[in-house]
Amino acid sequence: MEREFGVRLSLESGGKIGLVDGALGLCARIFVACLFCGVLFLFSASRLAAQTKNTCLDCHSQLDAPYHVDPAEYSQSIHAQKGITCAGCHGGDPTSSDMDKAMSKAAGFKGRPERKQVPEFCARCHGDAAYMRGFNPSLRTDQYSQYLTSVHGKLLAKGDDKVAVCIDCHGVHDIQPPNDPRARVYPVNVAHTCGACHANADYMKPYKIPTNQLALYDTSVHHKALVEGGDLSAPTCSTCHGSHGAAPPGVSSVVNVCSTCHVFQAELFDSSPHKDAFATLGLPGCVTCHSNHGILHPTDAFIGTSDDAICMKCHSSGDPGYEAADKIHAQLVKLDASITRSREILNTAEQAGVEVGQPKMELDQARDDLTKARVSIHSVSLSKVEENLEAGFKVTEATFKAGQAALGEASYRRRGLALSLIFIFATVLGLYLFIRQLERKPS
Amino acid sequence: MSAASSIRQWLDDRFGWDELMAFVRHKTVPTHRFSYFYFLGGMTLFLFGIQVVTGILLLLYYRPTPDGAFESVQYIMTNVRFGWLIRSIHSWGANVMILTAIAHMFSVFFLKSYRKPRELTWLSGMILLFLVLGFGFSGYLLPWNMLSLFATKVGTDMAAQVPVIGHWILVFLRGGDDVSGATLTRFFGIHVAILPGLATLFIGLHLFLVQRFGMSVPPSIEAEWKAHPEKAREVRFFPNFFLRELMAWYVALGALGCLAAFRPWELGAKADLFGSAPAGIRPEWYFMFMFQTLRFLPAKIGPIAGDLLGVLVFGLAGAVWTFLPFFDNDKGGRGKRWIAGLGVFALAYFVGMTAYAYLAK
Repeated sequence: MEREFGVRLSLESGGKIGLVDGALGLCARIFVACLFCGVLFLFSASRLAAQTKNTCLDCHSQLDAPYHVDPAEYSQSIHAQKGITCAGCHGGDPTSSDMDKAMSKAAGFKGRPERKQVPEFCARCHGDAAYMRGFNPSLRTDQYSQYLTSVHGKLLAKGDDKVAVCIDCHGVHDIQPPNDPRARVYPVNVAHTCGACHANADYMKPYKIPTNQLALYDTSVHHKALVEGGDLSAPTCSTCHGSHGAAPPGVSSVVNVCSTCHVFQAELFDSSPHKDAFATLGLPGCVTCHSNHGILHPTDAFIGTSDDAICMKCHSSGDPGYEAADKIHAQLVKLDASITRSREILNTAEQAGVEVGQPKMELDQARDDLTKARVSIHSVSLSKVEENLEAGFKVTEATFKAGQAALGEASYRRRGLALSLIFIFATVLGLYLFIRQLERKPS
Repeated sequence: MSAASSIRQWLDDRFGWDELMAFVRHKTVPTHRFSYFYFLGGMTLFLFGIQVVTGILLLLYYRPTPDGAFESVQYIMTNVRFGWLIRSIHSWGANVMILTAIAHMFSVFFLKSYRKPRELTWLSGMILLFLVLGFGFSGYLLPWNMLSLFATKVGTDMAAQVPVIGHWILVFLRGGDDVSGATLTRFFGIHVAILPGLATLFIGLHLFLVQRFGMSVPPSIEAEWKAHPEKAREVRFFPNFFLRELMAWYVALGALGCLAAFRPWELGAKADLFGSAPAGIRPEWYFMFMFQTLRFLPAKIGPIAGDLLGVLVFGLAGAVWTFLPFFDNDKGGRGKRWIAGLGVFALAYFVGMTAYAYLAK
């Protein structure tokens, strides 16, 4: 005899199941199946209720700081959106309204971690690849191991809990994913998140490092591109220093950091005499001329032999570098002036009514050649710079001639118009006089 | 016998030249305080002639394809001797011709020159006005720049609002569902073949009717001359009136030259079928009053779409205006005041809405 769903099937009638027996058996099977599904449903429902029920907020929304949690704020956070309740981090029983039961050790309540425990606390989930895969398979899970290599992580390990831990950058109950504009670690917000500590002179006093980085960064081209231009690929603090593994790049590795974006300039620098010279003097590449946080838009005045020129920090009159800088500067300024001259004459011709679309488009090529020449100064080789400048000069010469021709054409048209108008006026006057004469004659 | 006499004799033997010249010599034009309005019709004809001549010259270089249209106009403007002049005169001439055509229409309306027996002259004139607007609309696409592409999109979208056959009209005009190279080819054919053919026919009819019935005298002047016959004045059409017209034509030619030299028609940016509409896109000035009206109308007026109602109202207004001579029984009184009021309203609406469209942000 076999039991199926607890219903005994009788085969004592020689294996043939009678009609009534078969019907009864079928009904019994259906009944038990419904019972099973009902139990399963109730079990799931209760488990679902258990997942979404969060009695913690019933109390903690009413309490004052430091126990207060804003339910609206929490409900907007990424953790709440993924169905993780307070117990997901703090342990305890979120379904119980009884405080003692909800926050009992038996229910696994961990309470509020101390600052030095926070990275490890977060890493319980965020460092568990298998667990995180259930939410987002592409999320990294090495943040904690990276953090341990950072300046923050090393100081924390030594017992300094003033340094940044996860909650300082990401928030506590209001955590948003980094690609959410509300997140403290959204690219546009990163500098101010770091600046909360690093720009606070009193807070940073024990560490004896500058606190003007944020102020300098706010003047930089990178800040302008990111915040004003909306270019999220523009660098912010974490781009150069790292995020979880944050540390300043070493003197010899600054070029590698800049070259992740500024590839050509880095290649030219690598082939230039400056590379070895800077290494010998212990000077960081890129930063020596361009600064690190307050990187301004470079101008032609950066290079040359004037008082403002950066070259003069190291070079002096008579040395080869001084001569090269002087010549390069003169040529760059000359091409820039040549482009401006061509543009002005073409604009004048255009306003005079002559079609100059083609030479204007060609002039853009000269602007590109000037940009290439400015990039090639990182080789500090006059010949390399002159290569690009020569192409630019050819274009400006041709477009200036086109502008002159266009102005000549405008002048020719106006002369032609003047002649035609004289002829027309003479004709109209002649007609008028003829009509008067005609109408004076007796009919 | 002199050469001139021999030629005259040759023409007379074949075409009745002397009889034709006799008609021309005896044709007169009434002279009164509204006579200057008589120049508008001739001016429109002169400008049409300018358009034909400049259009033929442009045809020598223009290529009606998406790959060639813009470039060929650029070539005309930069490389063809006097190409800039011909192209700019053609573009400015179109606008000035439409202006004089509209002015001629309103002057005929207010001077009541459409009265019996000139009803068909009015009708043929209205058809010519629609043809001239068609010239303007079809020609605007041909330079194939962004403005003309999107103005054509907006304009043909309006055509789709016509009930029942709207979509068919749209597809017929565009050569498909969207404005494309097929639209350009189609508009080119319409602009250089279909419309000129029709225009020639109706100009011929219109001129014949004008010659047949002579120049109309406004009712107030007619009444004045009836009461005081000694005040009636007229001049011979040829040479007196014609020479005066010639003066006006020369002045118009000079004005077109100045516009071409100081304000050459722009090339613009080449049309990009996948690009977005330039900011503030709008049709040419002669369609602006309709465009602005449609912008004012709400999306829905009762059960009817606002745009549809607008198109229907304009259609009805156009029909009433076209068949006006058959509504004006010329018996004076309330009917006369109603017609005059309608004319004042139409002119004020056209000017006011156009001005508003340009002045409002």
